[in-house]
Amino acid sequence: MGQDAIHDLTAAYALNALDAHEEAEYEAHLGRCAGCRGELASFQTTAASLAYAVDAPAPSPALRDRILAQAKVERSNLIEFPRRRWLVPVASGAAAAAAVVAVSLGLWAASLSSSLDDEREARYGQERVLALMADPAAEAFPVNGAQGTLVVASGREGALILQNLKAAPEGKIYEAWVSRDGKEMLRAATFVARGGATVVPLSRPVPAGGLVAVTVEDEPVDEPTGKPIFTADTA
Amino acid sequence: MGERLPMTVLAFPVPAHRVVKMRIRKEHAHLSDEALVALVARSDEAALAELYDRYGRIAFGLALRVLRDRTLAEDAVQDALLTVWRSATRFVPERASARTWILTLVHRRAVDLVRREQHRRTESYEAIELSAAPDSTDETALLSLERARVQEALKKLSDQQREAIELAYYGGFTQSELAERLGEPLGTIKSRMFNGLARLRDMLQEAVPEEEEWDRTRSTT
Repeated sequence: MGQDAIHDLTAAYALNALDAHEEAEYEAHLGRCAGCRGELASFQTTAASLAYAVDAPAPSPALRDRILAQAKVERSNLIEFPRRRWLVPVASGAAAAAAVVAVSLGLWAASLSSSLDDEREARYGQERVLALMADPAAEAFPVNGAQGTLVVASGREGALILQNLKAAPEGKIYEAWVSRDGKEMLRAATFVARGGATVVPLSRPVPAGGLVAVTVEDEPVDEPTGKPIFTADTA
Repeated sequence: MGERLPMTVLAFPVPAHRVVKMRIRKEHAHLSDEALVALVARSDEAALAELYDRYGRIAFGLALRVLRDRTLAEDAVQDALLTVWRSATRFVPERASARTWILTLVHRRAVDLVRREQHRRTESYEAIELSAAPDSTDETALLSLERARVQEALKKLSDQQREAIELAYYGGFTQSELAERLGEPLGTIKSRMFNGLARLRDMLQEAVPEEEEWDRTRSTT
């Protein structure tokens, strides 16, 4: 897609009117185009105003309580978990054990994305994985082609927990993709191998029945350039 | 499906019966939205409650408009508010107002959900055009003022611009779906959305009243 055409997507992006592929393409462009970032900010403000043009009946009073109760639960999980890390899970779920190791040793995938604030990004990733692990309804799926587990929380947030992952070939990186149907692949993380456990929070939800694939790339790209070297299927 | 992880033991979730219903004092009513988000980033529950009190209703109205189902709309609002809770540390006030951020999260979530519920959207969009104000008697003066202002601006768009923007924003249609639905080239749809939204922006910016004033009026009521 030409550059002009990409700029033209700013309004559609602000209206959430792009499909997943166009959206990924536009977001990649956004990281490089200050003009679009500025215009997007003003368009998003305008789009948000549209919320006011429709009727606003009151939600049920229980909604407020639900949100605040859930926030409280998540906070106590997030705060308490790191302090109690000497507690080992009673059941020996491999994923849980690997995750505990990873979390307690602080082994986080380095974010290689074009994030404006990598440190915050990494901290956010850490919080996301903690929140995910705090979810009693989280599910684990085996990774095919590598030692590891895909953990998916009930809100569909996911993380890959990989053991003894070999370093990517010199100068190359790993890139994780989320796909609903095995065809359209959405970039969900860029990472390098760490000694022991490599924990990779995924930036996109893992759809039910969808899959996560990992490819080796020369640099962060918006579409996989080769076949996945390993995958985890939730179907 | 995969095995359930025995993660409860790790996380010490608060048992449901022990979640005490919080009595939130209105101690934050005087704060700006952005200050509230900063407090939320420090896990201040009262600040989250205050943000909900300011935007929960408009957020629900928006989600309901997109999803046309109260339960799903409440889910969308809950997901968005919890995203605020989890990621408030990443909020950059220079980039967007807190109001824009919250409503963008709600809209995005609602659109995600409506795209999953494809069957809802295959119903005739026109047939479920929202009926006139069913339940708006108790809404705040702020809401009705802002509503009038935005509706007025929408009316000034060309019919085609308004149609494209409304179907995209309230209908959750992608630009390609719109092109197909309206039988127009994609480029035409893009320009209608772009020019329409740019015009709306100009109109709404011109008429921005003192938001600070409004907030204060509102929080004292």
